[in-house]
Amino acid sequence: MDASEKKFLTAKARQLRDDAIETIGTFGVGHIGGVMSVMDALTVIYYQKANNLDPKNPKNPLRDRVVLSKGHAGPALYAVLADKGYFPREWLKTLNKNGTNLPSHCDMNKTPGIDMTAGSLGQGLSAAVGMALGAKLDKLPVTVYCIIGDGEAQEGQIWEASMFAGSHKLDNLIVMLDYNKMQLDGAVKDINDIAPVEDKWRSFGFYVQSIDGHDVEAISDAIDSAKASGRANMIILNTVKGRGASFAEAAANCHSMTITEEMWRKETGRYEA
Amino acid sequence: MTDEREIRQTLASALVEAAKSDDRIVVLDADLMSCHATKCFKEAFPDRFINVGIAEQNMIGIAAGLATMGKIPVAYSFAPFATRRCYDQIFISVAYSGLNVKIVGSEPGVAAEANGGTHMPFEDMAIMRAIPHMVCFEPTDATMMQKALPEILAYEGAVYIRMFRKKAEKVYDDSLSFKLGKAYRLREGNDVTLVASGIMVARALEAAEQLVQSGISARVVNACTWKPLDKQELTLAARETGAIVTLENHNVYGGLGSAVAELIVREYPVPIEMVGINDEFGQVGKNAYLSEIYGITTKDVVEAAKRVVLRKRA
Repeated sequence: MDASEKKFLTAKARQLRDDAIETIGTFGVGHIGGVMSVMDALTVIYYQKANNLDPKNPKNPLRDRVVLSKGHAGPALYAVLADKGYFPREWLKTLNKNGTNLPSHCDMNKTPGIDMTAGSLGQGLSAAVGMALGAKLDKLPVTVYCIIGDGEAQEGQIWEASMFAGSHKLDNLIVMLDYNKMQLDGAVKDINDIAPVEDKWRSFGFYVQSIDGHDVEAISDAIDSAKASGRANMIILNTVKGRGASFAEAAANCHSMTITEEMWRKETGRYEA
Repeated sequence: MTDEREIRQTLASALVEAAKSDDRIVVLDADLMSCHATKCFKEAFPDRFINVGIAEQNMIGIAAGLATMGKIPVAYSFAPFATRRCYDQIFISVAYSGLNVKIVGSEPGVAAEANGGTHMPFEDMAIMRAIPHMVCFEPTDATMMQKALPEILAYEGAVYIRMFRKKAEKVYDDSLSFKLGKAYRLREGNDVTLVASGIMVARALEAAEQLVQSGISARVVNACTWKPLDKQELTLAARETGAIVTLENHNVYGGLGSAVAELIVREYPVPIEMVGINDEFGQVGKNAYLSEIYGITTKDVVEAAKRVVLRKRA
């Protein structure tokens, strides 16, 4: 990755963080922690890697698919989709409000550009497996990206889907684990430890890479390696929950937080009306 | 008269036929291919048959993902595992997501016989019926299954098929013109209407015949689509016969009895008796034995019809 591209992606991720902080802050409460931790991965996918995305034709059959299985990070994706032009930026102000098209958890029937409804944890990965199989049946050059949470990996269905994807060598599937080490009630390791994650997915037949989930270059390189692996892919994104929202990073637990206008304006530096 | 054809083989063969001209059709199973006679589909379309292993939640999720790619997935398992085991996956990944997935749950109610209580769903239709917009259908015999498949495949949305696997009592011949959501009147009558589904349709017909000796003229209606119910035919039955007995191989709580009662109390209230499982679990045993202990035999239907006619005259 050349320096200018790295600079662009890093700046874009910062802008999208600000958009998401403002989105959640405007509503007043939300899943800020997991929204912040996936933002760099979403930025690399949407602004560099995903093919055939067209905001004017969000259902283009040739598009790469993105399943945000940790559906509570919806506001991260909404920031991306608004920035890309899938819907008017003003929609971001309607998050979770009556009649909105932007519910807290991703809904494919409400929001243009969302490829799969998610929110009941553990389910998105199976759907991503179905998409990868469907693409293979039709011989479509489609890559399916699926982002799961670390707490989400406590759901049994994640392992049903992983066993299938691994044993069927679904090489058009790239799963990313947002390994921010925290879940709603506390540290993942204390509640029900999912470690060692590399060994687990490797033993399920995945090509596993473990990287800094906030390094856009590392994410980009990992996707390139994944595409050449010939196997189902797992990219462990070692992340920090709340990364890039200082009040969230400083909190003992930032899974879901109340965010005041003062907090989001200070964080984003956006003081104009 | 017992049918010459098994429902499972009929459905599998019909799927192979349909799939020849429709490459969207994909069949999924959770290690019960041999029980569902879907090997013919696997042989005809090896790429479009996906055996996910014993993982029903993943099966439904994969089906949902395939549906987003424009496929028409048909996912099979025994009825408790095709519904209860993966209920949230059906609710969220399929129904709430508005996806076009067909689910086949086999061996309903007492038909599970020797597999016993763990495999004997008396609640599958109740829980599937509670999912918004889910179409719930129970074929009566092989002919109905065959005639229903094109309609089910053409319908854009989630459908649950509660399928008796083997040779049912034959009720229909090739003259059947099938429409999802339609209830079929099989016998005219004026005093009471027997509203039945699945294996209970043949018992309704037998009971109606026996009721003649008691001077009761019983209409028989096959409510094979539990949801949406045929409001017109059932309201007409209430209006014209003034009493209803529902028959189901299923718990009356949330089942066909509930569904019919929900409709009739609003449209045209008449006395209703319900023949079905009364809040019990399953157990091992032959169909005839289980039908007797759960009270869903022809004799139970006859008695319920007599009771409801008395209530009507009271």
